[in-house]
Formats: sequence, C-alpha cells, structure tokens
Amino acid sequence: MTLAEMQFVVPELRIASAEIFVLAMACLTLLVDAFVKDKKRTVTYVLTQLALVGAAVATFATSSEQVSYTFSNMFVGDLMGDLLKYLVYISVIVGLFYSRAYILDRPEMAKGEFYVLSLFATLGMMVMISASHFLTVYIGIEMLSLSLYAMVALDRNSIASTEAGMKYFVLGALASGFLLYGMSMLYGATGTLEIPMLSERLFRGEGDFIVSFGLVFVIAGIAFKLGVVPFHMWIPDVYHGAPTAVTLFIASAPKLAAFAVVIRVLVNGLIFVSKDWQMMLIILSVLSMAVGNFAAIAQTNIKRMLAYSAISHMGFMLIGMSTGVFQGDPRFIVDAYSSSMFYVVTYVLASLGAFGTILLLSRAGFESDEISDFAGLNKRNSWYAAIMMMMMFSMAGIPFFVGFFAKFSVLQAAVASDQMWFAIAAIFFSLVGAYYYLRVVKVMYFDPPASTVPITATADVKLLLSVNGLAVALIGIFPNALMVLCATSLSRSITIF
Amino acid sequence: MEFRTLVFYFLATILIFASLLVVTLRNPVHAALNLVLAFFTASGLWILLQAEFLAIALILVYVGAVMVLFLFVVMLLDIDLDRLREGFWSYLPLGALVALLVVAEMSLVLSAYWEALESDVPQVEVGYSNVQAVGRLLFTEYVYPFELASVVLLIGIVAAVALTLRSKRKTKSVDPSQQVFVKAKDRVRLVQMAAEKDD
Repeated sequence: MTLAEMQFVVPELRIASAEIFVLAMACLTLLVDAFVKDKKRTVTYVLTQLALVGAAVATFATSSEQVSYTFSNMFVGDLMGDLLKYLVYISVIVGLFYSRAYILDRPEMAKGEFYVLSLFATLGMMVMISASHFLTVYIGIEMLSLSLYAMVALDRNSIASTEAGMKYFVLGALASGFLLYGMSMLYGATGTLEIPMLSERLFRGEGDFIVSFGLVFVIAGIAFKLGVVPFHMWIPDVYHGAPTAVTLFIASAPKLAAFAVVIRVLVNGLIFVSKDWQMMLIILSVLSMAVGNFAAIAQTNIKRMLAYSAISHMGFMLIGMSTGVFQGDPRFIVDAYSSSMFYVVTYVLASLGAFGTILLLSRAGFESDEISDFAGLNKRNSWYAAIMMMMMFSMAGIPFFVGFFAKFSVLQAAVASDQMWFAIAAIFFSLVGAYYYLRVVKVMYFDPPASTVPITATADVKLLLSVNGLAVALIGIFPNALMVLCATSLSRSITIF
Repeated sequence: MEFRTLVFYFLATILIFASLLVVTLRNPVHAALNLVLAFFTASGLWILLQAEFLAIALILVYVGAVMVLFLFVVMLLDIDLDRLREGFWSYLPLGALVALLVVAEMSLVLSAYWEALESDVPQVEVGYSNVQAVGRLLFTEYVYPFELASVVLLIGIVAAVALTLRSKRKTKSVDPSQQVFVKAKDRVRLVQMAAEKDD
C-alpha cells in the first residue's frame, strides 16, 4: 500500500453539525425515555421539540451560500438543502404540536417511541436532503422509511393500522430493491456512485445504454417514494389505516425530502440524460393527476380522499420537474424546478393544516375521519371551518390562496417548454379535483351539524392552526418572497453550470 | 476455454437453477434451502473474482444467520399452501403480461449491445488483503454511510421493541420476586360466623 493511499483527511464535521446534533439528541431522548415514569411522556416530548429547534439553530449557524462537500463528497451542504431542512423542522414541530392531544387520548400511541422514531425519521430526511452520493441517498430513504413503517403500525390494537404498516413495509422494500438495482446499473455504466462525478462522466459521454436501463429502475424507486401512479397503491391504504397523527407526519415533511432526492439524483446527477427521464416523468405526472383526482371523488373517508389528492399533487409537482430542459436547452431550468419546489412547499403547508384540523376534531375513541364528520362545522366553530376551507381552496387551486400560485407556476413551466397539451391536461384534472375539495366545504357550511360535542383545543394548537391558515392565505397574496427564496436557493444548488 | 471460465459457467448454471427453484417450488422450506444453495454458488463466483472477504461474509451472514432465521420463521408459521396459491389463475394473465413486457424490454435493450458486455476482471496482486482494503475504506472514505447504517440498525431495534413489547402484562404467570413476599394473612382469611340454629 502506497503512502498516497494511506492519506486520509479528517472530514469537516461542521457542515453536518445539524445531523450530528439530531442523532445525539435522538439517542439521548431514547435513553431518557427509558427512565420516564410519566404516562404523558412530557419530558420526551419537550426533548424532541428542543432537538428540532436546536437542529434549526445548528443549520442556521453553519449555513453558507457556497456549496460545500464533506465526508469524501458524500454529504453536501448548500442553500437548497438548508431551506428544505428548515421547512422539515417546521413541519415536524408543527405536526408534533397538532398530534399531542390525539396521542395522549390513545394509550397505545402515547409511548416515547413515537417521539424517538419521529426524530430518527427527521434525521433520515436530513440525510436525504444532504445526500450527494447514491449510498447516502439510499440510507437516508431507508432511515425515513423504517421509522415510518413502525410509526404506521404503532397502534397495535387497530387491525387497519397493522395492515397499513405491513403493506407499506412490503411495498417499500420492493421499491428499495428497484432503487438499488437501478443504482447498481448506473454504477456499472459509469463506475461511480458520487452524484457530481456521475454527471461529469455522463457529460463526457460515458456509459450509454446501461444508464437508461438503470434510470428506469431509479425512476420507479423514486416514483414509489413520491407516491405517483402507477406506484401509488400504498398511499390510500397507508393514509387511511395509519393513526391520523402519523398520516399527518407522512403527508408533510417526507414530501420535501423526496423532492430533494429528485433534485439531487435526477438534476444534479442525470441531467445529461434528461431527455430520457423527462418523458417518463411526463407519463407519471399525467397518470397521477388523472387517477388521483378521479379516484378521490369516490371517497367518503377524508383521509383517503386526501391520500388520492396527495397523489394528484405529486403529479402536479412533476410537471415542473419534467419541463426543465426543453430540446436540450437548459434556459428554463431554474424557473421550472423552483416552481416544483414552491409547489411542494405549499402542498406541505396545506396538508399540515388539513390533517391538523382532522386531529383537532378527533377525541378519545372518535377519529373524525369521515367527510360526514365535518358536517356543519361552521355552526360548531366557524374559525376552524374557515381554516379547513382555506386549506381546501388552496389545494383546489382557487385564487388567491397559495395553491393557486403553485399551480400557476408549474403550468407556466409547462407552457414555457412549449407543451400546451400538458398544461391543458393539468387544468382539466385540477377542475375535476375542485369538485371533491368543494364538497368538503359544502358539507361544512351547508349541512346540519353531525355532532354537538364542543371542540376543545389547547392554546398552542389554536395558535398554530390559525397561523397555518393565515400563512396559506397571506403567502397566497404575497407569493413572491417564497418564490424568490426557492429560485435563489435552487440556482445556487444546481451544480451543472 | 480457460479453467476459470469453466468454473464460472458451472457455478452460474447452478445459481440460475437454484434461483428458479426458489421462485417455483411449492414448499417454502425447499425454496429457502434452494436460496441457501444460490448464496453458496454466488459466493463461489465472488471467490473467482478474488473477493474472498465478501464471499465469506455472504456465507456467514446470509446462510449462517439470515437464512437460518428465515427457516425458523417458515417452520414456526403454519403456512397453508392452498391459501397461498389462491387466486393464482386469476392473477396469471396480468402477471404474465407484465413479466413478458419487462423481459421483452430488457432483452431489447441488452441484446442490441450484447457484444459491449465484455468481461474485464482486474487481477489483484499477490498478498493483497481484501479484509484490509474493505476495513480501510469503511473507516475512512465510507465512514459516513457506515455510521448511518448503524443508525438504521438502531431504528430497527427501536421499531421492533415498540411494536412487540407489551407494557401491561396480560398473562396470569406469577412473578417470583413478588411471590416470596406473600404473608399467611394474604392467603387465608378467617371468618367469624354466627352458628345456625338446628331445627
């Protein structure tokens, strides 16, 4: 062994300090929880929230405009990563606030493991967001998925929850297999797993047909994790079967991490074969919008309806991803991808609010997950009904809520790339979608109240839910700041120029 | 034909047959045993590539631990073969169609470039240690995924405990440490009763 081989530079740990902090806090929380006697697990809960706040501070302290690599180029720190991480922290923190009362009502859920697993899932998302190597992409996804499988099945006395966990696990393992197989093909073709290096080798024209062969499997794996048709089968069952607190978790932050993986793998790694994957994404996108929107009409369960709506939203998000490079011209790349990013962020915002309201109406022994449970909500509490209405309007894309601008900007991307039919199809499917969102509003405002039980909520949930609702309305009126933020962070992080 | 090539084809043939049997055999125990055979031949292929550490790790980890555990699970579960095959014929047309499509696509892509797949196995020098190379990489260049993999294992443990540990005891078994504290007055209750009149 030569001396050059022996040389090893100690990786710069500073860039990854947020990840290290979350890991340390997760282990600490796990240890402390073993000694907590309290049935409410207040200590565990507070520690978890502190860990997330601390992670945000650590991310802020180490944030820089430069793209920096560490751990032998396996970890990348950049503005897009930082922005997405803040959003992940916020949505997990808000989600935990919303879930608190729901969990306390259910003894099977009120265990320290719920909090510890959500911290580990957050760590998985952070690893995914900061991955610049296929190995770290894969391990990040596994960390997130493993935690989620367990969280879905956490309510052991519920058959639906156990079944959902099992389905999620089996299908998730299959998708991981696809992803790994595709990655191994890409490795075989180009001889590297490092994402920037892969891009460089593809630019030089290495590895021809095996790349597209591996690409198909990578896309299938990612499509499963995003939950787009035809890899969507798990979404309705998991959203429906999982305890609502866990559904809220799955429907929010992981979408941000999945978006980061799409950017890292497809854009930063495989942009030179974008002709191949854009076509695939277009098919996935149109199918998702069609199946998601039409299937959602038939649902009576609001969690299941929101699951199909999640499928269609991921389809909308893919519009931006599949129109970045137009006939080999990457001029619109930042516009298109930042519209997708904006879409994901606004979807997560609306999703948090919608599931937050479902959690708010649930109580011990009552799930409030049928659409009919929302009947006459306006008469019971007009403010909560107004918040839910804003979420539904935003998801339907009604002006001037934030979802409208999200839809508008991805459609703009489609038109800019000269694919009029794509934009028209998207508008058609969003019209179909408007029906079932508005049905919820109709049930809330015009149907007689289903129950007279007073809605109780703690002050923190009331405040956060109000802020969440106002954010959907206010960002809808002033969308520019968030759009500019998305575009700036993306343009600094796309490394192909 | 070189002797190595001959060995490769010998092992590869067994590997493919064993893998086919894993999928097609009715009895899960037989399928699992065939998977063991597949692992053995695959590790033989790795030895051919002079990756002896990986070959031995495959046998130790997969054959020694994973497959034995798997066999235990298969034997402990009461698997009803008829129920497993339920709906086989109704799913067959769709399944066969999808499988045929995938096979056709794969062969189309691969056959066009068949000649491009040439074997070019790099030879290692004498005295080169696989274990050393793997160890050096694991603890230097790959230290980040290595540490993360340990976190994944930890999550597995936490998840398993969360899903299986019942905090409330539902069995009627007696806790010996509690049992030794029993007093006579806890067990026997003397009751004073008024004598009844005999008619």
